[in-house]
Amino acid sequence: MNIVRALKCRECGQEYDIQPTHVCEFCFGPLEVVYDYEKLDGYFTRELIESRPQTMWRYKELLPIEGEPSVGAQNGFTPLVRAKNLEKALGVSELYIKNDSVCYPTLSFKDRVVSVALSKAVEFGFKTVACASTGNLAGSVAANAAAAGLESYVFIPHDLEQGKVLGAGIFGTRIIGIKGKYDDVNRLCSEVAGKYGWAFVNVNVRPFYAEGSKSLGYEMMEQLGWKAPKHVVVPMASGSLCTKVHKSIKEFIKLGLIEDNGTAVYGAQATGCSPIAKSVKDGTDLIHPVIADTVAKSLAIGNPADGFYANRVINETGGWAEDVSDQEVIDAMKLLAETEGIFAETAGGVTLGCAKKMIESGKLPRDESIVLCITGNGLKTQEAVLDAINKPRIIDASLKDFDALAEADGFQAAA
Amino acid sequence: MSVSVRIPTPLRKLTGGADEVTIDGANVGEVIENLEAAHPGLKERLCDDNGEIRRFVNVYVNDEDVRFMDGRGTALKDGDEVSIVPAIAGGR
Repeated sequence: MNIVRALKCRECGQEYDIQPTHVCEFCFGPLEVVYDYEKLDGYFTRELIESRPQTMWRYKELLPIEGEPSVGAQNGFTPLVRAKNLEKALGVSELYIKNDSVCYPTLSFKDRVVSVALSKAVEFGFKTVACASTGNLAGSVAANAAAAGLESYVFIPHDLEQGKVLGAGIFGTRIIGIKGKYDDVNRLCSEVAGKYGWAFVNVNVRPFYAEGSKSLGYEMMEQLGWKAPKHVVVPMASGSLCTKVHKSIKEFIKLGLIEDNGTAVYGAQATGCSPIAKSVKDGTDLIHPVIADTVAKSLAIGNPADGFYANRVINETGGWAEDVSDQEVIDAMKLLAETEGIFAETAGGVTLGCAKKMIESGKLPRDESIVLCITGNGLKTQEAVLDAINKPRIIDASLKDFDALAEADGFQAAA
Repeated sequence: MSVSVRIPTPLRKLTGGADEVTIDGANVGEVIENLEAAHPGLKERLCDDNGEIRRFVNVYVNDEDVRFMDGRGTALKDGDEVSIVPAIAGGR
C-alpha cells in the first residue's frame, strides 16, 4: 500500500509532487516526505510487520518508495543489545545498544538511507548516483550502486581515514577527494548535482534518503517489545538522524503500534565540531557554523543542514545535547569494546562519551531505559585508536617463555 | 546610505535578471523594504509573515551573517555589500 502524499516544505508548508528535488522554490526551506497515515488504519499491524523478513523493509509502508525496494532489499535489522556490563560501568539500570556497526552490507547506518535513496533513484530513472560523504555514505553508495548495476561517483574530503577510502574504492566507484572540509565537498556537490543530472543521495534525493533513517527507530521499538525507550542518544552530524528517530517514534504512536512513553531525544557531538550541541546549551535555536576539527570525522559537519530541527526535537522532547573531547571519544570506544565486545567507529565513541557525561551530570537519569545508537564500525577508523590499544607481547614459540609471561599476569598452570 | 545588493539566481526573475542592484537604506530592514518597493515580490521571498528573515535565507553584510549581528537592524554604511544567499540544504 502506498501512502506517500507529497513533498512538503518544512518552513512554509508548500507541497510539491514527488520528484527529485529537495529545496522549496519559494522560501528555500528543506522538503520532507509526508504521508496519509490514515490509509494504514487496521492494516499496518504488529502481526503484519512480524510476519515479514527481518530487514528494514518490513516497515516499507513508512518508507517513501513505490512497491518493493530495487536496491538494498536485505539491508537493516541490526541487533539491539542489552548492555549489562556497560550498565554496571556507568551505574545505570537499563541500557541498550542499537548496533548499526554491523549493518548490512557496509557496516554503518548509511545502508538504510542509501537503499531508500537508490531505490527511489531507480524509480525516477537515474542511471548514475552520487553523494557527498565523510566516508560511511561513500562506501554505502558505492556498494549498493555496484550491486544494483548503477554508475556511481562519491565525493569525500581528501584526508579521510584509510578504511573509509578503501571501503568505498573497492566497489569500483569513481571516488573524488576534495581539497577541503566536508562542508566544501557538500557545496561543490550541490553545484554538480544541478549541472550533471545525477541522483545525489544527499542533495536532490535527500528528502527520500533521509526517511531511511527512520527504520533504525522502528527496529529499536519493535526490538524493545513494541515500546519506545524513555531516552535515546544519537550522534549528530547534520542532525538528520536525530529528527528521523523522533519522527519514527511519533509515527508508531500515531499508528497505534506503541504507547507514548514520553521519549526524550539526546544529541551527541564532538567538541571540535559541536554547533548543534552548543546551540542547545546556549538556549538558542541559531546554529553558528564552525570549522570542524575532530577525530570523529564522520560527524565533522560544521554547517549542519538539519541543525535547527535537531535542536527543536531535543528541546521539545526534554532531551539535551552534549559534546566530548577527542580523548573522551577514544576512551569511550575502548569502554564499549571492553564491556560489550562492540567495536564502534569514532562516532560511537562520541555517542557513548556524551551519554556517560550526561549520566554523570544528571541529564540522563540512571533508573530509566536508555538506548544508545551506534552507527558505524571501528574497523573503518582504526587510526583513531592505534596508539590507545594493547600491542601484542612478542615471545618465542616456547612454553617456558609463555609460562613466565602468564606468571607475570598472575595466572597459575591448572593442576 | 547606498549599498549594493547581490541577488541569487532563483530571485533574479524579480529583478529583471539583474544579479546586483543598488539600494538605499540605513540598515538591513530598510534595504529589504526598499528592495520590495523597487522589485515587488522580493520581500515575501526573503521574510516570513512576521517580517523576520526566513530561516533558509542568509543575508550577509560584507561576508558577515546578519543573524550574528543585529539582524534586520544591522546598520549599513555607504558602499557596503549585502549578499542574499539561499542556504543549501544538503549533507549527510
